[in-house]
Amino acid sequence: MKQFGGPVLFLDRSDINTDEIIPAKYLTEITKEDLKPYILEDLKLPGFDPKGEKTKTARVVVSRANFGCGSSREHAPWVFEVNGITAVIAESFARIFRQNMFNCGMAAIELSADTIEGLFTYAGCADAAISIDVAGQTLTISGGGTSETHSFDISPFDKALVLAGGWVDYADSKY
Amino acid sequence: MGKTIAEKIFASHLVDEPFAGTKVLRLDVVMCHEITTPIAIADLMARGKDRVFDPTKIKAVIDHVTPSKDSKTATQAKMLRDWARRHGIVDFFDVGANGVCHALFPEKGFIRPGYTVIMGDSHTCTHGAFGAFAAGIGTTDLEVGILKGVCAFREPKTIRINLNGSLPEGVYAKDVILHVIGRIGVNGATDRVMEFRGSVVDTMTMESRMTLCNMAIEAGGTSGICMPDMVTVDYLWPFLKDEYQSREAALAAFSLWRSDEDAVYEQVLDFDVSSLEPIVTFGYKPDQVKPVSEIAGTPVDQVYLGSCTNGRLEDLRIAARILKGKKIAPTVRGILSPATPKIYQDAMREGLIDIFMEAGFCVTNPTCGACLGMSNGVLAEGEVCASTTNRNFMGRMGKGGMVHLMSPATSAATAIEGKIADPRKYL
Repeated sequence: MKQFGGPVLFLDRSDINTDEIIPAKYLTEITKEDLKPYILEDLKLPGFDPKGEKTKTARVVVSRANFGCGSSREHAPWVFEVNGITAVIAESFARIFRQNMFNCGMAAIELSADTIEGLFTYAGCADAAISIDVAGQTLTISGGGTSETHSFDISPFDKALVLAGGWVDYADSKY
Repeated sequence: MGKTIAEKIFASHLVDEPFAGTKVLRLDVVMCHEITTPIAIADLMARGKDRVFDPTKIKAVIDHVTPSKDSKTATQAKMLRDWARRHGIVDFFDVGANGVCHALFPEKGFIRPGYTVIMGDSHTCTHGAFGAFAAGIGTTDLEVGILKGVCAFREPKTIRINLNGSLPEGVYAKDVILHVIGRIGVNGATDRVMEFRGSVVDTMTMESRMTLCNMAIEAGGTSGICMPDMVTVDYLWPFLKDEYQSREAALAAFSLWRSDEDAVYEQVLDFDVSSLEPIVTFGYKPDQVKPVSEIAGTPVDQVYLGSCTNGRLEDLRIAARILKGKKIAPTVRGILSPATPKIYQDAMREGLIDIFMEAGFCVTNPTCGACLGMSNGVLAEGEVCASTTNRNFMGRMGKGGMVHLMSPATSAATAIEGKIADPRKYL
């Protein structure tokens, strides 16, 4: 099974919406790769620069509640994917965004508010990184010389989609 | 134990349950527009799967940016147009015949109680007003829908929202749904169906029920849903009269798609709307709401009346009643986008378009346009818009712009004063 992980981009706010992840004016692009420069362009967070080095190097996003609310645009997971981010960890997700992630063979992982709070204590570490084992349903965060491991729940269906690499091939072979 | 309408629809459309809690459903209607579909078409072609499961069950429209504004949007339109022709999709609506999807498709009679409906558009929940299970989905789900006529959903849990009492003068479905979202929050209904019940819904028109269901997604809801009744039958009758001998016969058939009296809900919420005020949003989330009395006087640069939430004839009538014989403030730009060509024509015949134009409104062709900041009324940095649309995210209608959501009545009063205003003083 695909392994997910790497440097972390911490986005410390609830209700980060799809317009902030990729503004509608870029929905006129026909290829995923063309979305790449516009990642999180309209997200206003103290200390966050969408064009900064952290956005470029991140492989995992950690955020708070109701991540990905708003539009059905799959461009939101895609703009992450083409920037190398294939997993988002949050307290909760909006339904369509969460399903879009799994449908693309990416991971949207829910953890309790307390556990997320714990992950945010690593936000100050320059070397903060997370490795995710979807099959084993665990993730390990490390940084500043320490690390901790947490287990998570994932529906069997979502896990199967990650394993299959996405929903289109899965569905076409089955239905 | 009784079942909710959502449970009945799921049971009757179940194709597979590959894992506990995941239901793969057969789809009755797959709807497409030119923003999220072309990329699905391109991907299916790249996979060597340029097929459609049933061209009669696929409906397509160019609505978000129309007529095309540049080469990119023209390419998107062309991709959808070519695909619709290639696969014999008869129900395809192009320039001249096209309107905002969630207003146009019901108007064409495409939705029935008990249907399953998907579209790559979050406001697909609008169609639940007809007693259908209708959900917004992403492009990959859309691809599978187009290709195989199925979609996977988690087992639905339903929140029953009882709307009791009667609506005061000047207070409308938009105020009710903003009030409900304000109460339960932008993720209050995530992974839930919002079932709207009660005396207020029973007496609502289909247009008002569509407004209610349209904004279910703004509370995170998978779908909004109303019970089909004679109001539903009357709206659909032009499309039913060859199928049923009488309206009563249609009603009897539709009554299969009503929640049982002893259905079990995850949550039941009661709202008495009898003393509700017109509601307006502030901030950048649809659950940030205030009664108009607390926000009146806030200056605006633009008033936008349109969209799948409130661009229907009923909405135009409500606003025109307030605007008749008046001028909008010189500091305000008024923009009206009737949601479909039929609404536009009906509004012309009734003299509503004259009222809007004499008041100083610019009337555009039917399009989603400004609602999501794509065309026909995008805001400049720092500008404020009073809008009958459904989403007030930061920069939604243009980078650096601010949106206040409200009813058509409140938007009309606001246009007259150039600042957020209580519509009740103009009734």
